[in-house]
Amino acid sequence: MPSRVGKYTIQLQTNPAVLGYAAVVGKKEGEGPYGQAYDQCHADTTLGEASWEKAESRLQNEAVHIALHKANLNNTDVNCIFAGDLLNQCISSTFGLRSLDIPFLGQFGACSTMAQTLAVASLFVESGAAVRAVAVTSSHFCSAERQYRYPLEYGGQRSPTAQWTATAAGSVILGTRSQYPTASIGLQAVTFGRIVDYGIKDAANMGAAMAPAAASTLIDYFNDTGTNPQDYDLVLTGDLGLVGSSLLDDLMQREGKDIRSVHNDCGLMIYDREKQDVHAGGSGCGCSAAILCSTILQQMDAGKLHKVLFLGTGALMSPTSSQQGESIPSVAHLVYLKS
Amino acid sequence: MTVSKAEYKKMAQKASPASTYAKDMLLAFVFGGGICTLGQCFLDLYLYLKLDEKTAGAFVSITLIALTAVLTAARVYDNIAKYGGAGMIVPITGFANSVVSPAMEFKSEGFVLGIGAKMFVIAGPVLVYSTAASILYGLILWFFHLY
Repeated sequence: MPSRVGKYTIQLQTNPAVLGYAAVVGKKEGEGPYGQAYDQCHADTTLGEASWEKAESRLQNEAVHIALHKANLNNTDVNCIFAGDLLNQCISSTFGLRSLDIPFLGQFGACSTMAQTLAVASLFVESGAAVRAVAVTSSHFCSAERQYRYPLEYGGQRSPTAQWTATAAGSVILGTRSQYPTASIGLQAVTFGRIVDYGIKDAANMGAAMAPAAASTLIDYFNDTGTNPQDYDLVLTGDLGLVGSSLLDDLMQREGKDIRSVHNDCGLMIYDREKQDVHAGGSGCGCSAAILCSTILQQMDAGKLHKVLFLGTGALMSPTSSQQGESIPSVAHLVYLKS
Repeated sequence: MTVSKAEYKKMAQKASPASTYAKDMLLAFVFGGGICTLGQCFLDLYLYLKLDEKTAGAFVSITLIALTAVLTAARVYDNIAKYGGAGMIVPITGFANSVVSPAMEFKSEGFVLGIGAKMFVIAGPVLVYSTAASILYGLILWFFHLY
């Protein structure tokens, strides 16, 4: 059973096992530094579909199918699927997964959704409510742009602090440790973040809005567990990008928990920032999902990484709240993975 | 956390790279000036073709709008505007781009609720407030002509 440690952290006593994982990405991501690590790179951003929403749904569907295939499982073997995305009413998840016939629980945590779905799935497995559960998220540059910003062909300029929504999906399949005692990667603990708002209003600077939420959850976790950044191989934040990552490092230094030597950010990893013209880096649910479900879990499987704190970060605004002049509330959820 | 909102605002400002204003303004001048020069070339051409000045002026607008529509449809306009910035948005070409781009984007929602309803989602405010401003201007002009 899960047990609480400190004020905010939940320890997973049985160490739920990672049975399979997959990352499916678009063209730009495939041309990025980790292009070789993904399970599938689509050269066509539409994925041959009639709309961007359908394309994103397909990304998510493929991510689950490939992960199931890699884990040698069928959809009927899964007790529950936790999924989310950035679109209104989470339609990428519902339409992408409707053919799977698996009990479905939609999640919204903006770009923190991969960490959120993974954390909730791990608690289901830990508690025995599920023997096998799936966590999956996606985002698509084109579907996100039309919902949050401007039409693709509009000639507006992007701010230097803006981030590029990744066209990507990632999924992880978790299973009960008693049935999979030899699985190399397991989940040790989760910390659900509180909503933090430091008054940043610029929707083109989400890294700055999310950095305090990331710092808050990290500090909670270190305080609860009595550990330090140097106890881990990697502190992997979701999509803080260039601005948010440097702000997080500064905030953590102020709190006496210097993470600079172990910190990396999926938003900085997914693209070559200079060559691919993505300004402050990548973002979107699919950004952290694709990085986690490819190079990170692969390195853990290969024994190159052992202790990883995965910290999904989400900016919880909508176009409506931004137009009404509201600041950007943010949240960050932490998952401790160990191999 | 120990940092206050005011302190964090300063930290965020410091960490956020600013736009390169001098370069942006220079590029806007060059691209915007380029569009105006192109317009002048068309005007000279139409005058050379013996159109009267008023008709030639209207033809210049029509030509620039049509060119922009073609470049937007060919997914080229935004790639140029990325560099030209306000120089590409402020002239009539920017207005055409702001109408054509949502029409393309929202085609997937159909001709009525997609293209029809969303076509003026960016240009709409310009139309509303320019019409309102012209009425106000007309009223002021009418008021001064009374005396």
